[in-house]
Amino acid sequence: MPEQTLAETWGLAPAVLGVVVVGLFLGLVVAGIDRAVVSGAPGSAVEPVRSSARLLVEQRRITLAPDRLLWRLGCAAVPILALLSLAVVPIGGRTLWSTSADLVWFNAMEALLWAAVWLVGWGPNAFHALTGGYRFLAQGLAYELPLMFALITAGLAAGSLRTTDVLAAQQDLWLVVTMPVAFLVFVAGAAAFAFWGPLAAPAAVDIAGGVTSELSGVDRLLVQAGRAVFLGASAAMAAALFLGGDAGPWLPGPVWHLLKTLAVVAALVWVGRRLPVLRPDRTVEVGWMVLVPLTLVQALVVAVLVQEGFYA
Amino acid sequence: MLTDVSGWAMATVVVLGVLAVAAGVAVFVVDSMARATFALLGSFLAVAGVLVAFDLVYLAVVTALMMTIEMAIMAVFMIAFMMNPAGLMPMTMVHNTKGSAVVGAGAFVVLTAGIWTVDWPARSGQLPADSTRQLGEAIMGSHMLVMLGIGIALFATILAGTVLATARGRYDRFGADLTAARPDDPVPGGLPR
Repeated sequence: MPEQTLAETWGLAPAVLGVVVVGLFLGLVVAGIDRAVVSGAPGSAVEPVRSSARLLVEQRRITLAPDRLLWRLGCAAVPILALLSLAVVPIGGRTLWSTSADLVWFNAMEALLWAAVWLVGWGPNAFHALTGGYRFLAQGLAYELPLMFALITAGLAAGSLRTTDVLAAQQDLWLVVTMPVAFLVFVAGAAAFAFWGPLAAPAAVDIAGGVTSELSGVDRLLVQAGRAVFLGASAAMAAALFLGGDAGPWLPGPVWHLLKTLAVVAALVWVGRRLPVLRPDRTVEVGWMVLVPLTLVQALVVAVLVQEGFYA
Repeated sequence: MLTDVSGWAMATVVVLGVLAVAAGVAVFVVDSMARATFALLGSFLAVAGVLVAFDLVYLAVVTALMMTIEMAIMAVFMIAFMMNPAGLMPMTMVHNTKGSAVVGAGAFVVLTAGIWTVDWPARSGQLPADSTRQLGEAIMGSHMLVMLGIGIALFATILAGTVLATARGRYDRFGADLTAARPDDPVPGGLPR
């Protein structure tokens, strides 16, 4: 173990609690910035807090013959998996738990999130929700591989799948300099897995809200919060893997990481909200035909640089 | 081998093992293809948990990752093509109920008896500091040829399966003499063609 984990430093329960608080904070930040950008009024950034409180007391909508078990399971899994993916994202230079396969863990949580969202679409036994679920399945499959390659490329340059090792490898040069494609694909993949922005076809208006169409009350809160937390966690991960994490002059490390995370979130929201929601067949084909080869070439370039001793 | 594992890890392994078997049984008990699929996924995730308890994190997360993707895709095809169309009709994963129960229970007994009675070899050498690196070096070193062979075989299988399954070939897309400038596809797609 090169460094201590958060759990070893603070004790397990406080560390888990800390990560959950950070996750909820990131989720609120994403939702707040999103609301402010969409409505154009900065004051509406507190709207997510208000609507969360309202959803907590709202009564559940009941559909005909739902698969209750799978539905509830899917709704609960979305925020839990978003928080679990945060377990390997460095907070103050340390991760909640550190293994030799952190990046694969992050990827596995995304894959599970993917399956969970399909359950959210399947559960209510409703046409639009199911259509959204199937759209998400196709979209997630198309963006899973590019995302995996983007993550692996960062690990390749650092020579380790441990997040803290990737951080340590960027003390001199941010990885985004040599792998801009991997960075962009990672952020786009995160948007695809949170079915957000131009990749929001699984929850689009043309199918009456898709996977979210039959959600109400706590279920809706769980899924929406999970999406926001996952976007925030992905932004924090992108800042850590590609933008040097807590590397920066004058300010303390965690502040730098937070600033970079906020910058990624702001860029994501600002760009994402200016693009229309794209038809799913468009985004899926771009994923398979453009992003997969692009990320492979990016990985090849980085592999050659590693061979040349560029990152040593 | 098992004596290297601490008490807590052992307890976790036992609990997750029971969970894996129970979820596996659930696959054949539930009456919906979606539930069967996700019961199977639950079983695989329990096995991934067992691997974490053995400190084989890479194998654990890869198991979770691959099995999740596999099960989600399987759900699509099973629900679409098997005896549970759109999940509307109750289904069962079991045909020849009595026979399959006997075969299943028999296989379980044989395997369990084998696992507990076989004289497993003792570990030679030390536990590696980083099992992920050791695995990577094995796959990319001494077992490279095998992995390359498997990779190509799997890829060939995917291609062959797609060719066999698709109803549309290049003559449908580009015309009988393959001269069409733009392919005639039922789905427009996202790229200029």
